[in-house]
Amino acid sequence: MALLVWILQNFWSLLILSFATLLGLRIAYRLRKYGATRAELSYILRRSPFYLVVLIFCFFAAAPFLIMFLHSFKTDGDLYRRPQPFIYRQDPTFEHLESLFTNTAYLDFIRNSVIVGVAVVIITLILALPAAYALARLTGRWGERAGILMFLVYLVPPTLLFIPVFRIVVMLGLKDSPLALIVVYPSFTVPFSMWLLQGFFKAVPPELEEAALVDGYNRVEAFLRVVLPLSLPGIISTIVFTFTLTLHEFIYALVFITNTSRRTLSVGVPTELILGDVYFWQPLLAAALIIAIPVGFAYNLFLDSLVQGFTMGAVKG
Amino acid sequence: MTSAVLNPRRYLMDDRRFVGVLFLAPALLYILLLVGLPFLLAIAFGFSDVTVGNTELNFIGFDNFAAVWGNDIFRQVFGNTVMFTLVSQVFILIFANILAIIFTQEFTGKWFARFIFILPWATPVSLAAIGWLWMLDTKYSPIDYLLLQTGFLGPNGVLSNSRNLYWLANPLLSQISVIFVQVWRMTPLATVILMAGLSSIPTDILDQAEVDGSRFMRTLLQIKLPLILPIMVIALLFSMITMFGDMTVVYVLTRGGPVDYTRIIGLYSFQIGIEGGNLAQGAAMALFAFPLLLALALLMLRVASRAEVR
Repeated sequence: MALLVWILQNFWSLLILSFATLLGLRIAYRLRKYGATRAELSYILRRSPFYLVVLIFCFFAAAPFLIMFLHSFKTDGDLYRRPQPFIYRQDPTFEHLESLFTNTAYLDFIRNSVIVGVAVVIITLILALPAAYALARLTGRWGERAGILMFLVYLVPPTLLFIPVFRIVVMLGLKDSPLALIVVYPSFTVPFSMWLLQGFFKAVPPELEEAALVDGYNRVEAFLRVVLPLSLPGIISTIVFTFTLTLHEFIYALVFITNTSRRTLSVGVPTELILGDVYFWQPLLAAALIIAIPVGFAYNLFLDSLVQGFTMGAVKG
Repeated sequence: MTSAVLNPRRYLMDDRRFVGVLFLAPALLYILLLVGLPFLLAIAFGFSDVTVGNTELNFIGFDNFAAVWGNDIFRQVFGNTVMFTLVSQVFILIFANILAIIFTQEFTGKWFARFIFILPWATPVSLAAIGWLWMLDTKYSPIDYLLLQTGFLGPNGVLSNSRNLYWLANPLLSQISVIFVQVWRMTPLATVILMAGLSSIPTDILDQAEVDGSRFMRTLLQIKLPLILPIMVIALLFSMITMFGDMTVVYVLTRGGPVDYTRIIGLYSFQIGIEGGNLAQGAAMALFAFPLLLALALLMLRVASRAEVR
């Protein structure tokens, strides 16, 4: 806690200092390794505009998150009465963070989002795993057409569908129930996952399945015992991206669920943490940041795998 | 094959076509039920007088569409949607190309830089929009503060004499803000798709180019860019569809205001259809965008497949 307070109070100088240190270390390392020759120095000089561009892009990408982090711990007096957005004039406080977890439905939102996300992931896997395999290996022209149909389905935006789907949801008595979201979300997670999984399945050498068939497995067994275990990394990244898709979804969640404690994160935070016109900025910003960081990590961890699946699906499909 | 004759079930499980159909059918049915049915229903709604209270579907012909098109607000909303989508795509493509080239190279700190640049896309849209809502706040905007300190704002300011720019209350600035936030959050997606394209270019082509003495810019302009053109089209398609079908950013930032300057079709159809209870007109509005979207999608698919053949 004390460390966090210190970090917050010296935020910008720490940021610049740590960046400068890393940069210095890197240059020192190169100079030591290759010698401080003219060629080396000119290489570093030629390389620096590249890093400058990276830095500028990073700054634009990160700016709101830096401010979110910095402002989550400000006291009301510091945030509103003497606007000096970049430094702390009063000591950082943790009361807003506490009140986010104790006084608001934030934990409910997290719980609802997890329930919906996990259920949707399960349904998606059950439907998309075999279907993607069929598209990748089992069907010829017919399957190709089905694949294109799936792609076209992905193009029908939720803004077009939410009104009729809302009607159906009300008719089935599913309004305000997480079940409504669980049933509807696979309509976009399944095409997405099929597209991705298809790429991973194509990367499995067909010879392995042929060998399994020779060994007396049938097609289904070959799929379950040979192809699935071999594409496990791809399946895991599909799970991650399917889950985050459900986390991102806004329109359906906004329309189907109107009960505060039943809402999911994407809708709950921007609508329920605000009282009429009164924005409680510190908890609001903290609530957004707490979700953003882990999802960002997950994306970065599985990005290569996503790119790989996407390329396989696109190039060989 | 004797066992196949003895055990018909086993024979079926070995048949490519049968297993293929068996595997594909559940997913296809589910999707058709959940997308196809509502889609038809949306069209039916468009030609009916259904409201939240009234569940009966009475056919009333083109009245809804006529009413929607006769509505001046809707025309502006339609224009906004097209304008926002087109303008942001231009910027998204420019930035995504630069970033994709950067991130397919090796450099120190790449992992961290990639983490940072992916954050806008990874964060749920509505939560990222909250961050921007604060950045663009009427009174406490940190951006305004920076401009104030550097003399762009305040008395004798270059941009304005007041202490704030009122980002989300000024017609032009609110439109710029919405486009900016869209570009900010969609660029990573387009970048990732382009990265997939760049990394799929066979290395022997690039090696050959290097042997032939092709410089960086030349390789880029004459080899890499033409080769990833189909993928660029797909990236464009994806981000356009996403933007067209999204109302989150404007919902959180402006709710369509000031007046109607940032209202887009998705949001307006939500406000009329759900908040206003007029399901039929809401559906008709959403349908207006669909032919445009479909034509766009088909055109792009054509371009992409033609480029692939070459």
